Amino acid sequence: MIHSALPQFSMPLLMGNSLNAWSDALAGFSPAGLPVGLLIIAAIPLVFIALYALTYGVYGERKISAFMQDRLGPMEVGKWGILQTLADILKLLQKEDIVPTSADKFLFVIGPGVLFVGSFLAFAVLPFSPAFIGANLNVGLFFAIGIVSLEVVGILAAGWGSNNKWSLYGAVRSVAQIVSYEIPAAIALLCGAMMAGTLDMQQITIQQSGPLGFAHFFLFQSPIAWLPFLIYFIASLAEVNRAPFDIPEAESELVAGYFTEYSGMKFAVIFLAEYGSMFMVSAIISIVFLGGWNSPLPNIGPLALNDMTTGPVWGAFWIISKGFFFIFIQMWLRWTLPRLRVDQLMYLCWKVLTPFAFVSFVLTAIWEIYVP
Amino acid sequence: MSNPTYTAIFYLFAAITVFSAAFVVFSRNVIYSAFALLFTFFGVAALYVFLSADFIAVTQVVVYVGGILVLLLFGVMFTNNIMDTDLKTDVMHALPGTFLFLGLLGALLFTFYTTNGWMLSETVLQGSVVERIGFETMSRYVLPFEMASILLLAALIGAAFLARYDNGDTNEH
Repeated sequence: MIHSALPQFSMPLLMGNSLNAWSDALAGFSPAGLPVGLLIIAAIPLVFIALYALTYGVYGERKISAFMQDRLGPMEVGKWGILQTLADILKLLQKEDIVPTSADKFLFVIGPGVLFVGSFLAFAVLPFSPAFIGANLNVGLFFAIGIVSLEVVGILAAGWGSNNKWSLYGAVRSVAQIVSYEIPAAIALLCGAMMAGTLDMQQITIQQSGPLGFAHFFLFQSPIAWLPFLIYFIASLAEVNRAPFDIPEAESELVAGYFTEYSGMKFAVIFLAEYGSMFMVSAIISIVFLGGWNSPLPNIGPLALNDMTTGPVWGAFWIISKGFFFIFIQMWLRWTLPRLRVDQLMYLCWKVLTPFAFVSFVLTAIWEIYVP
Repeated sequence: MSNPTYTAIFYLFAAITVFSAAFVVFSRNVIYSAFALLFTFFGVAALYVFLSADFIAVTQVVVYVGGILVLLLFGVMFTNNIMDTDLKTDVMHALPGTFLFLGLLGALLFTFYTTNGWMLSETVLQGSVVERIGFETMSRYVLPFEMASILLLAALIGAAFLARYDNGDTNEH
């Protein structure tokens, strides 16, 4: 109850733009009584996912992977292969939409859709800028953790509907992994929520603003915060099925896991969902531990770097940069660490991450209560 | 709530809830029933949002979709030949069923029509509900909270005991 008494924060740092100004203005925009503004608010993260998956997600990942393996990567289409992704999209669009004969038609078709909706729904509560958030819920963080369960159902629908043993194995592994790693992830985020004293994503971010930039971030505000930070990062890798936790789609044993049977645009939708989830967990870790849209630059005497780099547009820049930074680490780890076995995966979750998450929970609670 | 957009969204979610719930009951295929349950749970969560109960709505998603539905799907999917089984019960209790239905309907309608005036809260909810919920859980409702936690602990220990690989037993065979 310590933090509940904190006064509302003054907003000089937002440069005259009040909190959620853009999204509030958009929400009120309804020409001819039609909720056009609400649709635009929902469309902005959608367009963002598509653009980022095209550029940084696919092309960036291929180039980064190539760099790490001392290759060149895509070089044929356009200068440095820049247009490679567009060529891939054209190919995917032209592909025949195959539904296997023995597949369960209905589940096979809705699987990728449910999966993408699950990853996209969490974007509703991500504050993309001080002036923009899809839905300013007072349980935003809880929502972001909980909505992942929709992805689980989508994966099960896709894997079971394919009627293929590799798909089913992949789906079951994936679900077991996501459901297990939700526990350390949620407890680690709870540490961040305890430090903020709220589950409201904008309020969590505002609590980390200040003239000293990065020094106000929760990661540097308590001596224990690195532990939940690390635990959440590891658990989030498992939640989005990235290496070293990519046993659900382990190419060398399961062909491609739960999306073995998918081709064309359905395959593209599954990948869009994966890239969406990658940004989602990266944004959540940035918001809870690294200040979200706050500028990391401190004010150094007369050189007010923090004030100069604060504002709605700068906020969007910072949170997207932080998200991209963590996605870069995810790609980096993919080419650094070997894949875990199923039993190692469960060992890591239940016997390492969960106890350490509880330890960090208790230590954070003690720190928050006894250290002012 | 007078905004026509919100009214339209409300009826959309109400329709999703009712129709998917009907699908769960009337579908002959257990798998489809289980997946339709997803839409029912989401519709109910959306209705909670319309009642300004965001926390309950998210809890509904976490507990029912993330926990119960996934468990249900696991159970259904790993049952052999579940698609071939025609869901039909041999025993049809038509008369008791009708009585039960009419009784339940009558009770609900009676409650609905005899409750004069739903009590509207004088003050609009301000700020975060989460702190209030935490405070109440730890003060007024601490006994039910602890009882639920002991129940869950017992269930956890039981699950671990059942799933445990028993060394002593295998050595004997």
